[in-house]
Amino acid sequence: MPAPVDRPVRDAAGDTTGRAAHDPSKVRLHVVTGKGGTGKTTVAAALALGLSRQGKRVLLVEVEGRQGISQTFDVPPLGHVETRIVHDRSGGELWAISVDAKQSLGEYLQKFYKVGRAMGLLDKFGAVDFATTIAPGLRDVLLVGKVYEAAGRRAGRGGGLAYDAVVLDAPPTGRVVRFLNVNAEVADVARVGPIHTQAESITRMVRSHTTAVHVVTLLEEMPVQETVDALADLRAADLPLGAIVVNQLRDPLLSDRDLAAVRAGRTDSLVAGVAADLAAVRVRATPTVVNGLLADAREHADRLALEREQDDILAQQGRLTVRLPLLPEGTEGGGISVLADAVAEQGLI
Amino acid sequence: MAARRAAATPGLDLGALLADEQVRIVVCCGAGGVGKTTTAAALGLWAAEHGRKVVVLTIDPARRLAQSLGLTELDNTPRPVAGAGARGGSLDAMMLDMKRTFDEVVEQHAAPDKAAQILANPFYQAVSSSFAGTQEYMAMEKLGQLRAEADRTGRWDLVVVDTPPSRSALDFLDAPKRLGSFLDGRFIRLLTAPAKAGGRAGFKVFSVGVQVVTSTMSRLLGGQLLQDVQTFVAALDTMFGGFRERADQTYALLKAAETAFVVVATPERDALREASYFAGRLDEEGMPLAGLVVNRVQRVAAPSLSASRALAAAEQLADTGDGVTRATTEGLLRLHATLADTADRQQRQVARFTAGHPGIPLVEVPAAAQDIHDLEGLREVATALTAG
Repeated sequence: MPAPVDRPVRDAAGDTTGRAAHDPSKVRLHVVTGKGGTGKTTVAAALALGLSRQGKRVLLVEVEGRQGISQTFDVPPLGHVETRIVHDRSGGELWAISVDAKQSLGEYLQKFYKVGRAMGLLDKFGAVDFATTIAPGLRDVLLVGKVYEAAGRRAGRGGGLAYDAVVLDAPPTGRVVRFLNVNAEVADVARVGPIHTQAESITRMVRSHTTAVHVVTLLEEMPVQETVDALADLRAADLPLGAIVVNQLRDPLLSDRDLAAVRAGRTDSLVAGVAADLAAVRVRATPTVVNGLLADAREHADRLALEREQDDILAQQGRLTVRLPLLPEGTEGGGISVLADAVAEQGLI
Repeated sequence: MAARRAAATPGLDLGALLADEQVRIVVCCGAGGVGKTTTAAALGLWAAEHGRKVVVLTIDPARRLAQSLGLTELDNTPRPVAGAGARGGSLDAMMLDMKRTFDEVVEQHAAPDKAAQILANPFYQAVSSSFAGTQEYMAMEKLGQLRAEADRTGRWDLVVVDTPPSRSALDFLDAPKRLGSFLDGRFIRLLTAPAKAGGRAGFKVFSVGVQVVTSTMSRLLGGQLLQDVQTFVAALDTMFGGFRERADQTYALLKAAETAFVVVATPERDALREASYFAGRLDEEGMPLAGLVVNRVQRVAAPSLSASRALAAAEQLADTGDGVTRATTEGLLRLHATLADTADRQQRQVARFTAGHPGIPLVEVPAAAQDIHDLEGLREVATALTAG
């Protein structure tokens, strides 16, 4: 029997969804957050592309008007219109939208009150600005509301769902709980009325097991700290956790033995050996070059040691951890495709 | 590449900027995650150790960075940073408490009974803790307060401010204006006195409009919210003037010759694009941009060896080499090739920025192998920042 959606689902251990293992087959709404600069838009894009390659019809949503999606896929700027940006051979499709709070308000008014035409007047009086930028929480309700609408939309009469999956490029870790927890946000100001009802429906959806919130991080101290904090905040708010996505990992270019050697500073024999090797392949092995190579390697070794410490901290979180390689050329040159394959292979989708 | 850029782009001499006593405010801004707070803290520390009396206003510092500045609690009060300051200089630091700053503004501008009424209003409580832009507005408000206190007490002669991790770096510039236009707006007047805003007899159409607006808002938000808003706005009415004046003053302060903006970025496409928007906007507003700080720049210690040469040598070594260090040397060459590639790519990104903004001074800060969480680490950053 399916569990009621308005209560957190408990797993065998009696744990809430927040701690349950990530089950990609159930998830229909993927929320991607992370500290600024960790590449959450890239990860959201890769996730959506990966899903479309499984033959699914996917909607990728951005809510901060950054045009991150259009830049990532190198397509014209997106507006408040669902636009198909990829058609996969599997039959899957990737659609994208940059949600605009004002236009969401207009749609909302039209859909529920048939007063879409009142928008012009509302706008003239500054009420639209009030609702979309000033009134606390309303903006978020409108933005998440659009995601909610798209995720639950039916295609045609009696048809199935319009989208098999929706991927949300969400606000950064510092704001994501407040953003998703629209119910709490408007509870104080709109205690009754349609906004309140809408917020409650949204909250039911984002707390259900069909939603997963993934947190993107780098193996650096600040992003890892924010990730740990965000996971705790998400758990406290009863929001279902997905995976930790470690982004921009570099391939190990030196073996552990070599790293230990350069860190330990056993440089005398190393310097001579390296100089001889370089000379053998006709690289001018001046002291500057040899010492430079070793100095960079030492710094690299320090960095890796720090990354391992951070990796251990993440491992203690007990979540599925997905590892994505650093793309030397950024997302240009098909890099996003590499990441899409990686998220699928590692069980995120 | 670096040499070619130097011809068109002057170096940013932050040491001279911080030593200049005419400069009283330094604002660090840029996209999220580029190291704004670290940059602000390092600049403040350097100035304090070169005789300035500095207060650093941070918005949302990472925990260990905050600890390094002795900031253990978010209490909206500047406190001395132990172990910082030399040659008569001193360093104070504080974290912004957005809600408390807003409360203080209300208490300062409204009569005591009105103030109490506002502070207790549910709509005010929601606005002051979650209105998109409150943090930006309050950061600017706090900057104004610190600057005024500096004049009044002589406790500081330099205010260094970090800006909020906004959606866009421009948000904090727009926040005062947005709040101002909201307070002055027709909608507010409509809420406070629908009859007045509706106009006099003869403007029938207008009145109908008013009805549509109020009834739609009421249906959408519920009558209770609208009532709270009306009470809030009525109470706030008495302090509109003060708010407006304050926002205008802060804006004027940002345009003053004593202010210097430092735009912070990393050598990545997105961060530099934000920096580019910001530089353009400051120019439009007539606000003084000192220059661009590019954080986390990859450097190579053996620049004479090109990436492609290193890679070719590594492959040759893999095919033909022998000896105990062969694998290590091959690894070193591959590592060097990767780092040199990264460095080249970053320089191309920076070159793209400077091509679009010739003449904006620039300083690069090399990527540190370790994260920064003590004064020593900040000093190293400061040394790099002021090397330009």
